[in-house]
Amino acid sequence: MNTHQQYIAFSTILRRETIRIARIWPQTLLPPVITQTLYFVIFGKFIGRHISDINGVSYIAFIVPGLVMMAVISNSFTNVVSSFFGTKFQRNVEELLVSPTPNAVIVAGYMAGGMIRGILVGFLVFAVSIFFTHPHIHNIAVVITFIILTSALFSLGGFLNAILAKSFDDISIFPTFVLTPLTYLGGVFYSIHDLPPFWQKISLLNPVLYMVNGFRFGFYGFSDVDIALSILMLAVLCAMLMAVNLRFLNQGTGLKQ
Amino acid sequence: MSAIQIKNLTKTYKNGVQALKGIDLEIKAGSFSALLGANGAGKTTIISILTGLVIKTSGEVKIFGYDLDKEPEMVRQQIGVVPQEFNFNVFEKTQDIVVTQAGYFGIDRKTALKDSEEILKRLNLWDKKNQTSRNLSGGMKRRLMIARALINKPKLLILDEPTAGVDVELRYSMWDFLRELNGQGTTILLTTHYLEEVEQLCRDAAMIKNGRIITRDKVSNLLRMIDQETFVIGVENELKLEPLARYQPKKVDDHSFEVVLSQKDHLNDFVADLTRAGLVLHDIRPKGNRMERLFLNILKQ
Repeated sequence: MNTHQQYIAFSTILRRETIRIARIWPQTLLPPVITQTLYFVIFGKFIGRHISDINGVSYIAFIVPGLVMMAVISNSFTNVVSSFFGTKFQRNVEELLVSPTPNAVIVAGYMAGGMIRGILVGFLVFAVSIFFTHPHIHNIAVVITFIILTSALFSLGGFLNAILAKSFDDISIFPTFVLTPLTYLGGVFYSIHDLPPFWQKISLLNPVLYMVNGFRFGFYGFSDVDIALSILMLAVLCAMLMAVNLRFLNQGTGLKQ
Repeated sequence: MSAIQIKNLTKTYKNGVQALKGIDLEIKAGSFSALLGANGAGKTTIISILTGLVIKTSGEVKIFGYDLDKEPEMVRQQIGVVPQEFNFNVFEKTQDIVVTQAGYFGIDRKTALKDSEEILKRLNLWDKKNQTSRNLSGGMKRRLMIARALINKPKLLILDEPTAGVDVELRYSMWDFLRELNGQGTTILLTTHYLEEVEQLCRDAAMIKNGRIITRDKVSNLLRMIDQETFVIGVENELKLEPLARYQPKKVDDHSFEVVLSQKDHLNDFVADLTRAGLVLHDIRPKGNRMERLFLNILKQ
């Protein structure tokens, strides 16, 4: 396949993914918006008014970047894992496997689909947040960089989960037992400076902390972690996951006998 | 030129099952060939290796000269495949399924829309273009899989039991379509349980048993291997079988009987003997399918 043909294959996968997101919007777009709205109401309005400002930012405004990032993470991941595992389960992944589409294009297409859903839901959650507070943006370039890298990383993570999954149970294990705890403990609702020193150090092992804080830096200009390090870490993790996915696809792991 | 060249192909699955035990097979470009074998013989494994769905254990596979190991993308460019089981997205619309497949082959959307219209019309699916595939009948789903396989204009079309579960009328129309495709130069490799299909469509056939090719020849040569055939004879008047004793006839009912004729017995001589016996011939037909009997005979050996 030449470059133009590869672009057509990529846009075909992306188009299919986008149509899927739009077709089942009550499953893909609505639930995360409702869930995050409840967070704004309960943590922001009801509980948040009893919590003092953090670095001069009201509590409800403080949690906005974290809640947006939480939505981006879970939706990027879920989109790819459910879509690609669905094609495996229905066996229509064979349409792709019998075609000359290179494996890198397959991964890139699904990753882009996950990013679209993650970023779209993130934008919707941000739009909802405007009804509760007025978050200002300190550095739009940082916001965009973090949202792109994070959605790409978790889309690739979802792809890996889908490759390795053998049943629908397998696609819920990672989100339930790994992703959700990491996200909740990743500084969405608090600054790690409020934790005892030991837990601060433990928290630094959590990659989600870097994403949430980097994103929050883009909004308010303060962060618990180094921004450049966070961007570098995200880029390296993306490259690593891309390489692992490609290796598995080339070997036919989970797809070919 | 060879469309398919397979040398010493083996496949052992992770569970230890040795599905292919050294297959050698060559299929000429432009031919209409069949791969026959009982369930589990290894037919689908061969097809799956050719199409990239199963990874071979060892051996060499070339499609129109392209090596499967060295140029897998070029190999896939040449092939269209109709699998045994429906494997499209049941929520997608008929035309979308075909157009999406074209995209995976790098065909731009404008061309894909035009070509899909042509193919869907040819396969009588155009009026179902906006219907989701799960709402299609079994026969329509089969035709949709053929349409999808043809969208990249493959030089080699592989069909794994394409007429399984379709009604007689549709099967005949699919045969016509496949003959037409083959006439236009598409090489076709077919596996089927309907051996009549092989007799009607294919020029060459290979029989596979326990992962090995046990015989390979032109279908006409294979059929010549049948040295005797059973006919059912219907007569208009009452049966008098004594004069035909040398043929060892078996009475079926008052107006018909079965007789086994070998290649030495000329049908004309038999009909003459029938007339001499005072019987008026009403109809004569072979009992069962020759190809099926040949298949069973070879498998037994």
